[in-house]
Amino acid sequence: MDKRQVMGKRLNRLDGVAKASGKAKYSSDLNPDQLLYGVLLTCPHAHANIKSIDIEDAKRVPGVTSVRVILGAGKEVQWRGAEIASVAATSEPAARDAVRKIKVDYEILPHLVKEAELSKVGPRARPSGEQVSGDPEKGFAEADAVSEGIYGVPVITHCCLEPHGQIVRWSGDKIDYWPSTQNVSAVGGDLAKSLGVDVTNVSVDMQYMGGGFGSKFPADIWASEAAQHSKASGGRPVKMFLDRATELSIAGNRPSVFGKVKVAAKSDGTMTAWQSETWGSGGMTGGGLNADLFPYVFRQVPNRKVNHTAVSLNMGSARAWRAPNHPQQAYITFSAMEDLAAKLKMDPIDFFLKNIGTVRQDFRPTYERQLAKGMELIDWKKNWHQRGDSGKGPVKRGLGVGFATWGGLGHDSKCRTTINPDGTVEVEIGSQDIGTAARTMIAMVTAETTGIDYTRVKVKLGDNHYPASGASGGSTTTGGVSVSSRKAAVNAMDKLFEKIAPLLNSTPDQLEARDNTIRVKGDPSRSMSWTAACQKLGIEKITEMGENVGRNAGKEGLITQGVAGVQMADVSVDIETGVVKMNKLVIVQDCGLVVNPKTAESQGYGAGIMTICAALMEERITDQVLGKVLNADMEFYKLASMNDIGEIIVHMDIHPDNDKRGIIGLGEPVAIGGMAAIGNACANAIGVRVPSLPLTPDRVLAALAGKGRLA
Amino acid sequence: MEQFAYASPKNLKDALGMLGSDWNDAAVLAGGTDLISLMKDYVVSPKKVVNLKGIKKLHGITQKGSDVHIGAITTLDELTSSPVIRSQFPSLITAAMGVSSPQIRNMGTVGGDLCQRPRCWYFRGGQGLLGMKDGKSLIVDGENRYHAIFGGGPAYFVSASSFGPALVALDAKIMIASPTATRTVNAADFFISPKDEKTREIALAPNEIVTDIVIPGGTTNATYEVRHKEGLDWPLVTASVALKMSGKQVTSASVVLGHVAPMPWNAAAAAQALGGKTIDESVAEAAGVAATQGARPLSQNDYKVQLVKVAVKRALLSAAGIA
Repeated sequence: MDKRQVMGKRLNRLDGVAKASGKAKYSSDLNPDQLLYGVLLTCPHAHANIKSIDIEDAKRVPGVTSVRVILGAGKEVQWRGAEIASVAATSEPAARDAVRKIKVDYEILPHLVKEAELSKVGPRARPSGEQVSGDPEKGFAEADAVSEGIYGVPVITHCCLEPHGQIVRWSGDKIDYWPSTQNVSAVGGDLAKSLGVDVTNVSVDMQYMGGGFGSKFPADIWASEAAQHSKASGGRPVKMFLDRATELSIAGNRPSVFGKVKVAAKSDGTMTAWQSETWGSGGMTGGGLNADLFPYVFRQVPNRKVNHTAVSLNMGSARAWRAPNHPQQAYITFSAMEDLAAKLKMDPIDFFLKNIGTVRQDFRPTYERQLAKGMELIDWKKNWHQRGDSGKGPVKRGLGVGFATWGGLGHDSKCRTTINPDGTVEVEIGSQDIGTAARTMIAMVTAETTGIDYTRVKVKLGDNHYPASGASGGSTTTGGVSVSSRKAAVNAMDKLFEKIAPLLNSTPDQLEARDNTIRVKGDPSRSMSWTAACQKLGIEKITEMGENVGRNAGKEGLITQGVAGVQMADVSVDIETGVVKMNKLVIVQDCGLVVNPKTAESQGYGAGIMTICAALMEERITDQVLGKVLNADMEFYKLASMNDIGEIIVHMDIHPDNDKRGIIGLGEPVAIGGMAAIGNACANAIGVRVPSLPLTPDRVLAALAGKGRLA
Repeated sequence: MEQFAYASPKNLKDALGMLGSDWNDAAVLAGGTDLISLMKDYVVSPKKVVNLKGIKKLHGITQKGSDVHIGAITTLDELTSSPVIRSQFPSLITAAMGVSSPQIRNMGTVGGDLCQRPRCWYFRGGQGLLGMKDGKSLIVDGENRYHAIFGGGPAYFVSASSFGPALVALDAKIMIASPTATRTVNAADFFISPKDEKTREIALAPNEIVTDIVIPGGTTNATYEVRHKEGLDWPLVTASVALKMSGKQVTSASVVLGHVAPMPWNAAAAAQALGGKTIDESVAEAAGVAATQGARPLSQNDYKVQLVKVAVKRALLSAAGIA
């Protein structure tokens, strides 16, 4: 650890100033010459057959260059917001005017857009089947306490700051594609396939990215529509980004999960049985939750009975949302366990520690250490109290805890590193920086290996002509790109050392690169500055490749997978108004070797804010009669502001044992345990469980009045 | 939005001459924080937009005797910065700061606040002020968590005005100009609960402009807003109180609720409960309970009944300097 020059240091993002000042241009900021604007016509019904569609009037709107039918007569539409047609025009207002001139005759069909009450969904329910392990009946029978409860997490959406979309220019054989994507290396192939052209014709360029959280992997239909409009115009670029209402309706969501849970324990807190019946929906295809993963983290409870029912709704489809399914499973699991602890009058920390034996063995010491750290940071011993023991006055304070686990193995990644005779170092990699500071970390790994300042490393990413690197999903990027850039830099340095060694009267294996010099190990007097060394290359630059193969990575020891984390919340609840305020959220997280603690903490802050939003404010509100999202906006789809988030403390669990495991991804795990922690803190504060998130004043007051409900 | 003509007259007479007899003929633009989004969502599509910003006369805050006059296009930011307002009308300051976006306070105007359209998601989604489909209310059997608990319909939206409750409690007057005349209405009469889709929620004709708000001084006043979020968000319930005092004793009171009815809701029973009393915790609490008289919550908004109690109590304690 202490030999490292760059890695592990708290360094600023290379593009931090550019991003903060607006100099960084995102795809949605670009306005290439001759730009056309694309707008979608979406279906106003939740379920319908298209009887006819007439685009003639739209074509005649001044400024319109082309109108395309996406779903024509005879097609069935399964949700409101589905793409029916698209228009390109010389201005956005003209395109919007034209969209309103498209006449579609629909045959309206029955729909369902609500799932919180399972008894009302009828044949839309698709149970996965009961799974049993051990002897649940015996487990409940021999328990001293049984807690039964209902818990729910509604559908939420990603709310990326930069909406979904792209600019496409299709001129002759060449397609230029400026997307907002989590998958630079593959998204061009997606588009090529949908257009029936060779992937070699598609050039992807995305230098900055305004958030995806799992919702921006493939080339969407909006991309191929933009391309076709561009082609029709003779090669003018077409910009097509979704407006916020469409974004919130069809650009992905996180499935809901509701559940009835029964959990039992001995009087000393030892869990004896778990039973959960859960249901939820991620749209037409239901919800993909695996019931077998209950209870979350504490999976080895001896007796279990679980079942999950996916509900098919006439709503836009789910997409991966930062740690798919984990936050919902964490909320339901740790709410139910905390309710049982409260019934036993146990401090939930003691209760969880009592059951640590049901956690994956290698994580047990990590969780124990993290719990101790979290308790210190939130002053648990001083501030925790028994439920209902919250003191006088209308504002009650409470603490809660939740847990997280994730994989995070680095993805496949290739990279090409060049050392130039002028001393510049370039790293070319077909990856993307979706906000995690990938650009900075690649520079840091390269600087660590070459001994130069990380600011001197020029990282070139966001372009599909560079060596292919995996999609940024599942917390796989930092691991993947760190290995490929490390190996490429090592290979390049081997070549440089071969060149320099004779000049220092040494051999390549005796050289090291530190502090912008190449020197003989143990003899700093025999050294050469980095610039001078590179000048010795003459006109021959060094270019070397590096590669990470995900499935082999574990054996090489640079990266691994499997992380643990703990989150704790401190909230104040006004029991007269039902308003919940965050005092503090503590995130204690391991991710192996931490490349840059500062940017790692930033991941925690972002995840913490998302968690607070989901716990206190976010929900997709649908109307069954109209079959629509009523709050597809930033007004009633509520997100936290700076004044709503309280203090967030991120403690990276930097520890020699973790460090030895190499680099592991971080983006997902920090977004998992917080909803449970906040829900538990609220229950601790007010003495009763608010069954369903978000913890809005109406839900809190209903719970206080003994009328807690899921919907 | 649809295409529209744009005008920026320099005086009130010219502006009034540009308005029509139908709401679709012309729309008045003050700060634009509501009108532009209504137009973008095609809720309104005026043929003409008349910007009032260039009319100096509609701007500014002046003390005239015991009254304070506020020009209609005075911004929320100017209002909160005004020593005249700060010293006499804390209830207005709280209401203005409740619009917790500096951008909106910089652009939004006092007159615009009174004339803004309801935020009801059925109305904004094109289902009309009453939120009907096929002759049935979408609201009564639908998503009504933010809707009215007073008034009994057929309108169930809640007045969005931040200043409405305070101005009604303060017994303010709204001055209105038309091409041919000027008139003054009580703030309490300015807001209307429409019985049909043809009626506006404010007592303004399409060819009229709100010019001034006149507020009498001499009251002890306060507003309390129950807010889900600290950031930009609509209050769930507000209570504004204006009290005439003799020493510590209330001689007359006005208690007006916001976000609970299609108009600022005058809680007369609460006011009555305060007459002759000295405000303390139990008096304030009793007034809060009285304020809920006549509440008829819908399927999802009975929590607002509780919020009315606490908002009134806390507004009174704040006015009395206890909280």
